[in-house]
Formats: sequence, C-alpha cells, structure tokens
Amino acid sequence: MTDAVEEYEAVVVGCGPGGAAAAATLARNGVETLVLERGVDAGSKNVSGGLIYAEESAPYTIDGLFPDFREEATERPVTENVIHNIAGDKVKSFDIGDLHHHDTAWADAVLRRKMDSWLAQQVHERTRETGGGLLTEVHVTGLLRERGEIVGVTTEELDPIKADLVVAADGVNSELARDAGLMDWEDPDEWFQGVKAVVDMEPGVINDRFDVAPDDGAAHLFSGDLFDGVRGGGFLYTNEDSLSIGTVFHLDSIAEEHAEPHELLDSLLTHPLMAQWLGGEYDEREYSAKLVPDSKKAAHPSPHKDRLVLVGDAAGQMQAQGPIIKGMNHAVTAGALAAEAFADARARNDPSQAGELYEKKLHDEGVMDKLRPTGYKVFGQLGELSPVDDLSNAVADSAVGRFGVRAAAGLLERAYSSPRMVSMIPDTKLPYVTLPTVIAEELGEPVTDENTVSPPDLADRIGDLTYDVGDPHIELVDNSFEASGTAVTACPVSAQDFGGGCYRDETVKTNGSEEHLVSLDTQPCVECGTCAIVADTEWEHPAGGKGVEFKQG
Amino acid sequence: MHTVVMTKGVPDFREGQVSFDEDGHLERGKTPTVMNPNDKHALRAAFQTKVRNGGHVSLMSMGPPGYKEVLQEGMRDVYADDLYLLSDREMGAADTWATAMTVATGLQNLDDQPDLVFAGFKTADGETGHTGPQTCWCLDWPMITHVVSLDIDEDAGTVRAKRLVDGDISEIETVEAPMPCFIVADPEFEPTYRKASHRLNHKDLRDETQERAEEYEDYLTVWDHEDLNLDPDYIGLDGSPTIVSGVDPIPKAPSEREATIIEADDSEALVPILDELTPYAVGD
Ligand SMILES: Cc1cc2nc3c(=O)[nH]c(=O)nc-3n(C[C@H](O)[C@H](O)[C@H](O)COP(=O)(O)OP(=O)(O)OC[C@H]3O[C@@H](n4cnc5c(N)ncnc54)[C@H](O)[C@@H]3O)c2cc1C
Ligand SMILES: Cc1cc2nc3c(=O)[nH]c(=O)nc-3n(C[C@H](O)[C@H](O)[C@H](O)COP(=O)(O)OP(=O)(O)OC[C@H]3O[C@@H](n4cnc5c(N)ncnc54)[C@H](O)[C@@H]3O)c2cc1C
Ligand code: SF4
Repeated sequence: MTDAVEEYEAVVVGCGPGGAAAAATLARNGVETLVLERGVDAGSKNVSGGLIYAEESAPYTIDGLFPDFREEATERPVTENVIHNIAGDKVKSFDIGDLHHHDTAWADAVLRRKMDSWLAQQVHERTRETGGGLLTEVHVTGLLRERGEIVGVTTEELDPIKADLVVAADGVNSELARDAGLMDWEDPDEWFQGVKAVVDMEPGVINDRFDVAPDDGAAHLFSGDLFDGVRGGGFLYTNEDSLSIGTVFHLDSIAEEHAEPHELLDSLLTHPLMAQWLGGEYDEREYSAKLVPDSKKAAHPSPHKDRLVLVGDAAGQMQAQGPIIKGMNHAVTAGALAAEAFADARARNDPSQAGELYEKKLHDEGVMDKLRPTGYKVFGQLGELSPVDDLSNAVADSAVGRFGVRAAAGLLERAYSSPRMVSMIPDTKLPYVTLPTVIAEELGEPVTDENTVSPPDLADRIGDLTYDVGDPHIELVDNSFEASGTAVTACPVSAQDFGGGCYRDETVKTNGSEEHLVSLDTQPCVECGTCAIVADTEWEHPAGGKGVEFKQG
Repeated sequence: MHTVVMTKGVPDFREGQVSFDEDGHLERGKTPTVMNPNDKHALRAAFQTKVRNGGHVSLMSMGPPGYKEVLQEGMRDVYADDLYLLSDREMGAADTWATAMTVATGLQNLDDQPDLVFAGFKTADGETGHTGPQTCWCLDWPMITHVVSLDIDEDAGTVRAKRLVDGDISEIETVEAPMPCFIVADPEFEPTYRKASHRLNHKDLRDETQERAEEYEDYLTVWDHEDLNLDPDYIGLDGSPTIVSGVDPIPKAPSEREATIIEADDSEALVPILDELTPYAVGD
C-alpha cells in the first residue's frame, strides 16, 4: 500500500459534450487523462432541448471528434424550422430555416442519456489507452491546492488527485468554477431556466403529424403572450419515437413574476396550436429542468486559472442566438480547444501555459465573438435600459408600431432569420413578448383546433422520476421568506400551496409574533441550480451516483 | 497474490424462487441452487486484493456436478478467475468436518499455493459457520474472522484487518497476521476503492471476467478423491462424525390476533369501523 497522491497528466471533470470533447482530444494527443463523472451513467444528470449543431465555422464539431456520433447517438435531423408568434388563439408562423441553416453543417435532435452514455463509452475506450479512463459515480467537490495554487481535485469518493491540467466541464452549476472564484451564483439575469417534458409518440405518428419523412424531423419555437409576460419561449423537437417539448425563460423574469415553471410548460402543452401534433393522448415519459447560462452576460472572457480551465456551461459558454439555443456545440469546441492548448503547451515543455493558450484560441477561432457578440454590446444592452425598453414596448404596441408590423410582415420574417439581427436582441419584453404578440394580433390567424391534453400534475411528475436519495446537498442559509421565498415558485419541482416539492413556505407563530419562513426538503430535487441563485443556500451536488437520475434527458 | 474463496451452493431462498411442500419441507428439485450469498462477500473481499495488489482469485467448492453453475455465477457476478470443483460420490453427504478435510486437501493440492483463503460467514441452509474455521484448522494457519475491511502489505507479508469483536458493528478491532492467512469475511464487509487507478482496474477486470464467464468450463478444474489422494473412509458420509437423526420443520407461529374484514365500498360501510374503534378512543 502506498499513500502517495495519485497523479494523472489531465483530469477532466464531467462527461457532457464539453468533457467528452476535451477528453477525446487529450487522448488523441497521447495525454494520460482521467475523466470523473458524478452520474451513475454519463447523461443521467443532463438535460438539453436539444438540438446539437455542427457549425461550419467551428474548428471542432462533435462528429469530427466522434465519427459515428450521428449514427449512434442522435435522434432526428432538423429539416423544418418554424417560429410561431402567439396572441391568445391567434398565431403567425415564420419559417426560420435561413437562421437555422446559417453556418450549420447539420443539426440533430438528441436525448442526453442516450447521447452522453454513448460518448462516455467512446471516451473511456480512448482515454484507457493513454493510461487513464472514465469513472462514473465520482463527485468532484473542489480544487486541490498547494501553496495556494491549483494542482488537482478533491472528491467525495476518492483520495485527492493531482494533475497538470484540470478541465472543469462540470456544467452550469460548476462547483469548480466557483471554488476558483471565476464564476458566481449571484445575478438571476445571467441565467435562463429550462424545463422540459419528453412525450411518448410512435415514429409513424410523428411522421404523419409533422409531415416529415422517417429520417427527418421538425423544430418548432413559440413566443408571445401565452407565458403570462414571462420573458422566454418554448420549443418542440421531434425525436425518433418521442417529442421534446420545453420552455426556456430568463431566470430574473421567472423570479420577478413569481412564475411557476411547470405551469408555463403546461401553458405551451395545452395551447390550441399544439393539438395538431399532440392529438388527444399525452404520455409524458419524463419531466426535467436545468439552468442555462446566457453567454452574452456570463461567458467568462478569461476562463482559466493556474492549471484549471473551464469549458462549456461551466464557463458560461452557452449562446442564445435569438430563439436558437447553442450550448452543446460550443462546449464541444471549447473542450477540444482547451485540450489542444494543453497539448501545444506540453509540446513547448510548459504545460502551465495551457490556460493562456486556450483563451487565445477561443478568441482567434471566433468562439468568443459568438458568445459575446459586439452587436449585443452596442444595441442589445442599450435596449435593456429601462426608459428605452418602456419606450420601445410602447411604440411596438402603438398604432404606429402595429402599422409597421403589418407593413413589414415580409421584412419581419427576414429579420427573424438574420443571425446578426437576432444576436442583438435585448433581454427585454419587446422581443420575447410584445413583438410576437403584436405580430400575431396583426398578422395571425386564429387556431380553431381543440387541445384536450391534460398534462400530469407536479406530484405525478416528481413521482415518475428516479431518485437514489443521498444526504441533503443543499442547505438553506437564510430561511426567511424575504431571502429565499422566491424558490417556492421558481424551483421547477416546488409550487405555492404544494407540499410535495422541495421548497414550501410556512408561517410560524411564536409568542404572538408571526414569521414567514421557507423550508427545504431536497428529496425531489432535480438539481437544476435555480435555488443556488434565487435563494440563500449552500449549494452542492449530491454524492456520486446519488440524487435524480434522468432516463431521457 | 493468490487468493482462494470457498463457496457452497444453496437453495435460492429469495421470494419467488424457493418452494416448500405442504409439510413445510424444502422442495430442492423445484428450488434453484445459487451461490451462498455470504460467500459473495468473501469473493468481493478477495477481488479487492486482486484489484489493489494484483494476482488472481480462485473459487473452490465441494459438491455435486450441479455446482458448476454456482461457480459460473461466482465468475460472472463477482469476477473469479478460475474455478475448482471437488466432486465425486465418495465425497457425498459430508458434514462440516468431512467437508473441511476435503476442501483443505483441495487447497493443498493447488500448484500455486494461496496467500489468503476466504470463507463466508455461514451458509444460507446449513448455517453452522463451522466449515471455514475447520478448514483453517486442517491447514494450521492463522485465522481472522468477522472481517469487515482488509489491507495487505505485500513487502512485509502481512495482512491487516478490521473485524467485529462481538459480531456486531458496535466494537471493531484492528488485527494483523502473517500470510498465508485464513479470512472469514463478515456480511458487513465493504470493499473500498479510494484510488482512481483501482476503480479503473476494477472496471477492466470486471469486463474481462464477465466475458470469460461465458466459457467458464475452460477455467474449471474438477478433482475427485483420487486426484486428491483422499481415503474414502475419511471423507463423505463415512468420514462424517455428525449423525443427523431427523429433520423437523419449524411449525408456523400461531396467529394470535383475530381479524375482521370490512368491505368499505361506500361511506355507509365505514360506520362499523367507527363503531369498532370508538371503545379505543382516548379523550373526547
Ligand atoms: C431545457 C434546455 C434546453 C436546451 N436546449 C439546447 C439546445 O437545443 N441546443 C444546445 O446546444 N444546447 C441546449 N441547452 C444547453 C446545453 O444543454 C448545455 O449548454 C450543454 O449541455 C453544456 O455542456 P457541458 O458539457 O458544458 O455541460 P453538461 O452537459 O451540463 O455536462 C456536465 C457534466 O458534468 C457532470 N458534473 C457536474 N458536476 C460534477 C462534479 N462536481 N463532479 C463530477 N461530475 C460533475 C454532470 O453530471 C454532467 O455530466 C439546453 C439546456 C436546457 C436546460
Ligand atoms: C438439515 C441438514 C441436513 C444435512 N444433512 C447432511 C447429511 O445427512 N450428510 C451430510 O454429510 N451433510 C449434511 N448436511 C450438509 C453439511 O453438514 C453442511 O451443509 C456442509 O458441511 C457445510 O456446512 P454449513 O452449510 O453449515 O456451512 P458453514 O459452515 O455455515 O459454511 C461456512 C463457509 O464455509 C464454506 N463452505 C461451506 N460448505 C462448503 C463446501 N461444500 N465447499 C466449499 N466451501 C464450503 C463457505 O465459504 C461457507 O460460507 C446437512 C445440512 C443440513 C442443514
Ligand atoms: S431544490 Fe433547487 S436545485 Fe433542486 S430542483 Fe429546486 S430549485 Fe432546482
């Protein structure tokens, strides 16, 4: 028995697309690479919409790194792309194929459990050849430091491990990025919250209802007044034998409006427009949720420190290109670039330069420009100043604005299809709510179908999920309603007047005075990360293999 | 490192597998034979030494030819490398003493002499817990029982174990012994793998042995009493001092409580329940 600290050349934390790309690229460069993933299986913790894009301009794509990827790990390619502007039962649909196809080599719908566990198998085989490998059910808890410098990682299940390179590919709720002081959990406006249902449907029925060939698929996006003024939108993607239907909202908006995420999802599921696709029957396989960073605000310009590099969601590299969400592809690019940077630095006999080189590559390859577009900095942020926002909302909603909308119908469709235009979209009500609503009111036709779908209630949704409950992983630091009450509504598995969720609000009477408090039970937690931001908590992930397990993702 | 694990096939007592006749006698013919569950703990302990210290793990059993599948189970589920079955008519109907004699001779007959031999804590059917210690007695080795964790110092040639003092987890002591050594693994034994390299190794070995379990007979050696040079008078029924005079099924515990079943289809039907419960109500 030796008690020496174990050492690997590289440790990759997390095996989502970012970690998989990093590990595969490290292995290709002969770097001894250990990959640590906390789920029982890679993908068991992960949620995306999800369309994975391969951009023509990207230096790395997932199928470039994993040649059989589309064959083995994806659902249907997207061959039809439509955005629906909704006002009441009026709908105006625009084909946004141009936006979708811009810079797109291909885009496929994916389910993360299937995708990530396939990737993990590949990653294990390749990294094993370099003397490393992939381990699941290991929760990395933080950074190992020597004399204040990052030299490795600490975990719950294993002794500390040293490495020349630590890749934090641990997703949106990265504990490593926080430990390093590179990211924080402060501002709700840096995040979106995504909620999703996977709905069972026979392949043949999908082909008929969406009018697609067996090997084709559709992507539908939704915005307008169906979400009670909460800023964000909905999506529907076709998988092989299921649909992914979900919503993505700005977290600050969910918090301010005290919106119930599951009800917003239900608003989409029960809208008359959905009747044509859902028919009468509705069989929900899985309900899931996760935070999504907004790269425009959260992408770290210099995502590294000592031997640590951040890739993907951990670095905030998740681009909302108007209604199109691109996180997985950027995680892949960043992961591969970080690995390439380490290989370059090592070749120069100075592995400590990896971080600097990685940052340079992100800029040189144009990744940073996509994540933090200049147009948004100039116009978008201007639009977010509240007097400007109020004014534009008023104009769009006024007779003049409405006239403009009618006159410019064709132009609007083109605008929605312009990648440059949509990258400038400010985070205000105007693009998410006001404009789509006005468009639908002025140009739309009423939908007459009757939607008879009744989605499961929250208790059933929680009940259908699989959990291996460990110790509570979230601690309420301040349980006053002022500090943490927002979580009662914003938590996707909690709700006002619902006792079965994570957060409950309580009124406690003591000696004549009354206190408004919040209580927390982490048992049904889906580990989305929302309450790390909207409540006062000590937030960690559960131990390896514990907590929620997604079967679809 | 060479470790050997002793195992026995037992009726699968799990719900849905086991079957009893009207008199409460076990129906062996209808009940599948599986590896004694406690022996899986022993095998896990042995496998841990292989993962951490290298070497190989053998599984040995004395029993009828049907035990081959029990040995295969040990290879498939708990990753034994090679299998030994001590089997012939002369060995049949052995008590724990004769079993121990036979197995000890089997162990001594191995080309590669073991550093550690593991037994389980009791079988699911015989339940004496004698076979392990008696085998050790035949070998004249040091023995550590009720072992819950294990570390090996190969350079020093010693094994250090944590064991339950009174058979329960309220008191644990650490003991050290020279190898070769005999270990009785407690059902509380938990292998620990705190090194990434150990876990990676575990994964490789698991995949490898699971694949091999398909062709387990290639890794199986069967020895009869002649191979072991054993005198039939000292093994099997003839070598067993135990006389089983009879076997009585334990009668079912009589049910003491009476039950009244009330079909509550409507609220009217609930009234009798209230009437029944009222006398037990406390307060007003
Ligand atoms: C509802 C929704 C819809 C989305 N739609 C899309 C879409 O259509 N297209 C798109 O491209 N993107 C979409 N995204 C975003 C996309 O999912 C992410 O950007 C992407 O998954 C980021 O990849 P990643 O590798 O950085 O992190 P992740 O995929 O989150 O992977 C992180 C991995 O690290 C593991 N991990 C985390 N912490 C630890 C730890 N401490 N120790 C060990 N392991 C750990 C996790 O288990 C996980 O496997 C969507 C997201 C949501 C929530
Ligand atoms: C009711 C009853 C009637 C029986 N009748 C007879 C009979 O008529 N004649 C007869 O000879 N036997 C008979 N036996 C079987 C025999 O006495 C024991 O089952 C056998 O010797 C093992 O003892 P055990 O089951 O108590 O195992 P234990 O001593 O509890 O086993 C401890 C450990 O020893 C090891 N071990 C046990 N058995 C073996 C084995 N066969 N090979 C390798 N390792 C082993 C295992 O690691 C096990 O975990 C009878 C048993 C019972 C319960
Ligand atoms: S408890 Fe927090 S992390 Fe868990 S589901 Fe609710 S908001 Fe998300």
